[in-house]
Amino acid sequence: MKLVTAIIKPFKVDDVKEALRALGVQGMTVSEVQGFGRQRGHTEVYRGAEYTVDFVPKVKVEVVTDDEDAGRIVDAIVTAARTDKIGDGKVWLTTVENIVRIRTGEMGHDAL
Amino acid sequence: MDTGDTAWVLASCALVLFMTPGLAFFYGGMVRSKNMLGMLMQNFFSMGLISVLWVLVGFTLAFGPGSGLLGDLSLAGLKDITNADFGFAAPLTIPALAFVAFQMMFAVITPALITGATADRMKFAGWVAFLGAWSILVYSPVAHWVFSPHGWLFKLGALDFAGGTVVHINAGIAALVLVIVLGKRRGWPGEAMPPHALPWTLIGTGILWFGWFGFNAGSALGANATAASAFMATNTAAAAAMLGWLVAEKMKTGHATTLGGASGAVAGLVAITPCAGFVNPMASVAIGLVAGVLCFLCCQLKFRFGFDDSLDVIAVHLIGGITGSILLGVFASEAAGGLLAGAGASLLGKQFAAVGATLAYSGVVSFILAKIIDKTIGLRCTEDDEQRGLDLSQHAESAYAAGEFGSMGRIG
Repeated sequence: MKLVTAIIKPFKVDDVKEALRALGVQGMTVSEVQGFGRQRGHTEVYRGAEYTVDFVPKVKVEVVTDDEDAGRIVDAIVTAARTDKIGDGKVWLTTVENIVRIRTGEMGHDAL
Repeated sequence: MDTGDTAWVLASCALVLFMTPGLAFFYGGMVRSKNMLGMLMQNFFSMGLISVLWVLVGFTLAFGPGSGLLGDLSLAGLKDITNADFGFAAPLTIPALAFVAFQMMFAVITPALITGATADRMKFAGWVAFLGAWSILVYSPVAHWVFSPHGWLFKLGALDFAGGTVVHINAGIAALVLVIVLGKRRGWPGEAMPPHALPWTLIGTGILWFGWFGFNAGSALGANATAASAFMATNTAAAAAMLGWLVAEKMKTGHATTLGGASGAVAGLVAITPCAGFVNPMASVAIGLVAGVLCFLCCQLKFRFGFDDSLDVIAVHLIGGITGSILLGVFASEAAGGLLAGAGASLLGKQFAAVGATLAYSGVVSFILAKIIDKTIGLRCTEDDEQRGLDLSQHAESAYAAGEFGSMGRIG
């Protein structure tokens, strides 16, 4: 099993959600996060003085999935979240040892 | 000169000024968090720009003698203002400057009302240009027609106690026109754009309601029985409209919401504005109830017609203003010429004329202004700016950046 983690531009969340739904993905977790990559931060002005703010608002999307679906999910996220401009974000895959569905106690693939 | 009248009008000036920041927070709570400062700034800036324009030319165009259509420039820069005669049948019992200041606060808040309709997508420079030009070319003329004894609607006998036509219909139709020129927000109506902080909206509503006592009861221009009557009508209509809106909302959607309560109160305050000094408390209940239900129902219109009136300025101010201005012809006291008081339908006809003239003039001139500014300075921010939000893109600040990720390195 895999955990797909994507950091994307906030206004792309709906596009990514729709793309994953179209693949039949059953669930996902999103959170508002801040960070920077090669895009770096932005400038803010207070009382005439300029400051750099290093962290840019992004959205983190997390999906757990079977190994065989992981590639298609990554592709769908990349396609949906791309604007071709700097700051589009990243997607990465992590291997997951086990998953438990809390309500039933099902484990592994049954809990997906 | 009467010291009591002067004290009340000066206090009312301060109350009305306070409505503009109140409006800023009323609207600010309803936008998305990335546009909070953009919304506050569009409103606060009106206190800066319009106050100066009012001293220079705004007041004289509205209240200078001139013709029935427009004041002249004899009072430009408030020259010799202390001896000025504004043409009222009964001479004012307050200093001329108190009258100038009181009217100034109306000029400040009226264009600010528009910002709710155009939320989240207007370029600040475009708004600055529109605000100044609109105040001189639309607000001052319409204020002259209705509020100045030299104005043609004043002479006709149309009534507007505190600005149903001049303030609410005027700003409401301009908002509709601006929304059409600007276009809808990116993602509307498919994407949900929920209010980011309704507590701000409720604080704003409280400030507006509080300030509205100055707006309406202050329009008596004296500390007298008319002021007391307007005061009571104002509170009663706001309360009744809140009830009307909430009952309609509960029946239609299953919930009575805080935003509904706030919007209903404002709808009632709008509708009672033209009527305040001319109606009794029971008429205020009726006017408030009608306005609350009607404005609630009109919030659906934007979806049917596809215009993105983001915070329902048209449903609340345009529809509420028309409702109050027309119902005044029905519910006004006998002395004021109301239909139900047995004084005939003559006032009602004049009210229709005043509403129609305001809609036509403000609608056409606002449209021309918006088009000119859109083609030159630009009214709408870029798509990229809209996505980043007005706070960062227009003002290089963020409303809620105080956390540990906030300001880092100082440049230069």
